[in-house]
Amino acid sequence: MARYLLRRLLGAIPTLLVIATIAFLLLHAAPGGPFDSEKRMLPEIQRAIEARYHLNEPLWRQYVRYLSDLAHGDLGPSFQYRGVSVNQIIAQGLPVDATVGLSALALALLAGGAIGVNAALHRGTRLDYVPMAAAVLGISLPVFVIAPLLILIFAVDLHWLPAGDWVAGSPRHLLLPAVALALPYTAYVARMMRASTLEVLHSPFMRTAHAKGLPPRLILWRHALRPTLTPLISFLGPAIVGLVTGSIVVETVFGLPGIGRYFVTAALNRDYTLVMGITVLYGMLIILFNLLADLCYAWVDPRVRLH
Amino acid sequence: MSTQHGAEGGLLQIRSLTVSYPHAGAQLDVVRDVDLDVGTGEIVGLVGESGCGKTQLLLALLGLNGARAQRRGSIHYRGRELLGADPASLRQVRGAEIGMVFQDPMTALNPYLTIGQQITEMRRVHRGDGARAAERHAITMLEAVHIADAARQLRRYPHELSGGMRQRAMIAMALSAEPRLLLADEPTTSLDVTVQAQILSLLRELRERTGIAMVLVTHDMGVIAEMADRVAVMYAGGIVEQAGCEQLFSQARHPYTEALHYCVPRLDEPPPPRLTTIGGAPPSPAARPAGCAFEPRCLYRSDICRRRSPALLETTPGHWKACHHDGPLGKLREAAA
Repeated sequence: MARYLLRRLLGAIPTLLVIATIAFLLLHAAPGGPFDSEKRMLPEIQRAIEARYHLNEPLWRQYVRYLSDLAHGDLGPSFQYRGVSVNQIIAQGLPVDATVGLSALALALLAGGAIGVNAALHRGTRLDYVPMAAAVLGISLPVFVIAPLLILIFAVDLHWLPAGDWVAGSPRHLLLPAVALALPYTAYVARMMRASTLEVLHSPFMRTAHAKGLPPRLILWRHALRPTLTPLISFLGPAIVGLVTGSIVVETVFGLPGIGRYFVTAALNRDYTLVMGITVLYGMLIILFNLLADLCYAWVDPRVRLH
Repeated sequence: MSTQHGAEGGLLQIRSLTVSYPHAGAQLDVVRDVDLDVGTGEIVGLVGESGCGKTQLLLALLGLNGARAQRRGSIHYRGRELLGADPASLRQVRGAEIGMVFQDPMTALNPYLTIGQQITEMRRVHRGDGARAAERHAITMLEAVHIADAARQLRRYPHELSGGMRQRAMIAMALSAEPRLLLADEPTTSLDVTVQAQILSLLRELRERTGIAMVLVTHDMGVIAEMADRVAVMYAGGIVEQAGCEQLFSQARHPYTEALHYCVPRLDEPPPPRLTTIGGAPPSPAARPAGCAFEPRCLYRSDICRRRSPALLETTPGHWKACHHDGPLGKLREAAA
C-alpha cells in the first residue's frame, strides 16, 4: 500500500513536467505578451520591465528558471497584478472554490444518490419518471441560466438569501452558489445511480439475497449499495477537480473571489505565470483525485488490487 | 386430485402450478399446470432441456420469478400456502425452511462480501444468533462441506476461491439455517467433471446425515441417475413423465424420456454408431401446438396427438405419464442398432 502510493506519487512528477512544458510552450507561442498594449511604451521602460521579469532572456533560460522555481513551490509573480505572487492568488481563491465545490459535491451526492436509487427501486412509476425527467432538464440547463434564476427567485423576489458576494464562513452566502453548481452534477449522479442500481438489482447475487430470506433493508444497504457505487467513483475523480477549481460562470454570477475568473483573464492578458500556475494546480489536483478514486475503488470492490 | 407418490409424510405439494409472463399483449406460460410432491428427505430430480421451465418452477416455489410473473395454482409447504403469501411470511420460509443453491456460484455469491459475511447473516437473520455464535456456526458449516482451514476461508472473498470451493460455500450458506428442503438449480453445471462428482457426493452425504429433502434441477441424465429417488421429466413447461428413478431408467414410457436416454453415451453398453439427437427444437411458449407439445418431434405421434393435449395419468403405481401412445417404445433402440 505505502509502496503503491509512493510509486503513484513519483509517477506524477513526469506527468506534471509534461503538462508544465506544453503549457509553457503554448503560452509563449501565442502571439502577444503580457506587456503589449495599444499605447506605445518608451523602449527603455519596455526593456526595463522585460529585464525585471526575465522576458529578455532566451526561451530555454526562462523555461529552466520557471521549472526550478516550480520545484521549490514558487509559482512566480503575477505579471498582471503587480506585487502579488501567483501563490498568493491561489491561496486566496482556492479556499473559496473548494468550499463552494465540496458543498456542491455533498449536495449532488446526497440528493442525486437518493433520487437515483429511489427511481430504480420504483422503476416505471411516477417516482421514476418525474425525477428522471427533471434530471434530463438539469443536465440540459446551463449554469448561466440556473444561477440567475436562483438569484431572481431566492434573492430578488423572496429576499431569503443574498444575491452574491462572499463572506467566508457564512452559510447564507454559500447556499445559492453551491446549489447552482450542484444541480447539473445532481442530475448526473441521479442518472448514474439509477442505471447502476437497476443493474445491481437484476444481478444473480441479488436473487440469492432474496432466496436467503433477508429483510429488504439488509439487502439494499448491505448487498446492493456498494456495487452500485463503482461507476460513481470513476465519475467523481475528474468531477471533483472541476468542482473545487471553481466554475467561472458561478464565480462571475455570484461575485465570488475564486480562481476560475483569474484563469480566464490571465489567459487573455498573457499573464504567463498565473496561467501556468493554475494549469499546474489543475494537473496536480487531477492526478491527486484520480489516485484517490483508485484507492476508493480498492476500498469498495474487493476484487480490485492495487499494485 | 389424486395423491402422488410421496404425498404421505409429504413436505411440499405443488398443484396445478402455472407461471406466466406477459409478452406482446398475451400471457405466456413458462410453467404449465404442474403437479409435484416432495416427501421428507426425498431427492426429486427435475430434468429437461434448457428453457423447459425447470428453473422457473424452482423460483416459483420461493416467489422469486420477478415482479412481472404471474403464478396460479397452489404450493403447499408443511401446512402453509406459499403462493400469494405476504412478503414477511415468505421471508421466513426462504432460507430458513427452503434453501436454494444456484447454478453459477461466481455470480450467485455477492462479490463484494466475504464468504463469512454471506454465511453468518443466515444465522443472524433466521436464528437470531450473535456475531460470535454465527461465526462459530459458519466454521462448522464450512467444515461440513469439507472446506479445509474454514476459519481462514471465512475472511476470503468469492473470487479468491476456486469454482468447487465457491459451490461448497454456497451449499454451506444454503444449509446454515437448517432448512428442510434444498432447491438446487443445476448445482454442478458450471463446474468441471471431477468437482461435479465431489459436489454430488457431498449433497448425497448431507442428505444421509441431515435427512434434508432436495429438488435437483438438471439437464444431465447422469446426475439424475446418480442422485434422485424420483424423477420428473419436464418438456415445454409441463411434466410429461414421473416415476421412481430406477423405473424411469429401466422402463421409460414417454417418447421424450426415451429420446433423452439416447442422447447420453453409455459406458456399460456397446457404443452406438452415433449419438442420437432429438430432431427439431422445443416449441417456444408463444407458439405451442394445440395438442401435445412434443408431437412435432415425436416418433410415435398419431392424429389424436395433434388435437388433444394428453393429461398426466398414473399408468402403473407411482409411474405417471402424459402421452396418448400406449404401445411399446423402442424405435430409438432399433435405429441405434
